[in-house]
Amino acid sequence: MIKQATYIKAYCSIQNNKIDLNGTSVFKTGECLFVDFAKAAYRNFELNYPKFFKMDNLSKLAFLAAELLLKNELETDRDIALLLSNKSSSLDTDIKFQESINNQENYFPSPAVFVYTLPNICMGEISIRHNLKSENTFFIFEEFNPGFMSNYTNVLLCTNRAEEVLCGWVEYYKDTYRAFLYIVTTTFGIPHDATTIQTLFNK
Amino acid sequence: MKLRDVFITEQNCITPIGFDVATNIQNIANGQSGIRLHQNKLLMVTPFYAAMIDDAIVKTAFQKYADSANYTKLEQMMILALLPVIEKLKPIFNQKTALIISTTKGNISALEKLREQHLQKTDLNQLGRVIATFFGFSTVPIIVSNACVSGILAVGIAKRLIQSECYDQVFVVGGDEVSKFVLSGFNSFQAMSDSPCQPYSIHRKGVSLGEASAAVCITADATNATMRIIGDGAINDANHISGPSRTGEGLYRSVERALLESAIDRNELDYINAHGTATSYNDEMEAVAFNRLGIAHVPLNSLKGYYGHTLGASGLLETVIGIQSVLENKLFPSLGFDEMGLSQPLNIIGKNEQKEINYWLKTASGFGGCNTAVVFQKMTS
Repeated sequence: MIKQATYIKAYCSIQNNKIDLNGTSVFKTGECLFVDFAKAAYRNFELNYPKFFKMDNLSKLAFLAAELLLKNELETDRDIALLLSNKSSSLDTDIKFQESINNQENYFPSPAVFVYTLPNICMGEISIRHNLKSENTFFIFEEFNPGFMSNYTNVLLCTNRAEEVLCGWVEYYKDTYRAFLYIVTTTFGIPHDATTIQTLFNK
Repeated sequence: MKLRDVFITEQNCITPIGFDVATNIQNIANGQSGIRLHQNKLLMVTPFYAAMIDDAIVKTAFQKYADSANYTKLEQMMILALLPVIEKLKPIFNQKTALIISTTKGNISALEKLREQHLQKTDLNQLGRVIATFFGFSTVPIIVSNACVSGILAVGIAKRLIQSECYDQVFVVGGDEVSKFVLSGFNSFQAMSDSPCQPYSIHRKGVSLGEASAAVCITADATNATMRIIGDGAINDANHISGPSRTGEGLYRSVERALLESAIDRNELDYINAHGTATSYNDEMEAVAFNRLGIAHVPLNSLKGYYGHTLGASGLLETVIGIQSVLENKLFPSLGFDEMGLSQPLNIIGKNEQKEINYWLKTASGFGGCNTAVVFQKMTS
């Protein structure tokens, strides 16, 4: 097994109308739907990226977490791999698309909805925003799988496939959501292992 | 760090033109396509071309092993693909033996009812559990859902996990079915051809969809290996979520990365098994990328003319057929190709040929800007 030391440089969690960055609360709203929460966060952080409003909820969620982790990265041609996972794939948007084709009299499939019926589209959105021409993979697991994620992240770093890996969990289904994204590097930070990322995930 | 070598030992596939590799190869050699005109109003109001497997044939084949009433068609197809591989190798299902599932939409047709008990069927984790339980895997299934590159990406992931000694043996099974969901979606994009798809042709009008399943065993043990997996890359275009980069940047970088790792000279490549969906943009993008890479002269085909686009199964299915064609030193024509329809040259295979093949490349690209390239080396003796 790969034994080289790797480190968590930064981490971001979004759930229950609240965003935490490196364990500190940076934004929250009162009780509201995710779309309204996402819009409020977008304004609060002055993101200025109108394409955000065309995204489905899973992409908005992943995009917001990635934004907070990557916005202070100043270099332009960064080799940051994307390694995301969730439970429900794109099922939330799949249901919206299915509703648009179920009724023969009211049949209106939209390409703008269909394109989001794949979980990896949210990685495409992050790649475009941050110009990450890099390795990317989306995995589906029953629950956050720190053992697999830490192993695979180390494989990417130790075989020089990326300088850093933006990884984690991004789950959205019927207005219940959770993002836990973190950046792993070979240089400095909190020691990266399965136990640590599970602990940070549970916070 | 010294990484372990990784091999492929067994493979199988379930498709409209055969329920084993030998039958598929024979039909391909005879120019037989699985794409037909279908009139099925439950799937689409207007007639459509697709490569589909008759439900009854799947059921009959499956019924020999278990009660088909307890499994969806896709689950039956995926189990049937993996079954002979497992039966032949008789693996020990310990913590070093993994199962990777590659799919884009899984049991999406269960969504049509929009009822809670059917929604559970669409959970990809449940699909993974059904297959893992059938065979007795003791590790949690690893599900890869990365649009149309999923099948070949799963091969690359298996390779990496074995190289780094996370597992010793990985069984990869891929599958997707033709559904109202996917037909409506591709149709809404105006991406579907109103005749059988014609990759790389000037007359190409879009994709034909298909359904299939495929399975391979990837292992650190070279015993009875047919292929060594010598390089891979999976790099995003960072350009557009529903169309490829015009410069083919992600595909270019994926192939570069795979070739670098393989340590072969690109002139040693004997064959390219490409993605070739027959959409205007995809095929043109491939031509741009392969010309930038200096590999446009290498004989190339797309197997979509035989199978249609089988989504999450496609990369794996095309790898399985690629392996067998390379073992037999056969180059099969890129079915549906007639007149060149690209701005730059490609060496598209036009007829059955015999050729000594040692090194070959498999590529795929998909929604979300993803791309994957894997380089294989044939094991001799």
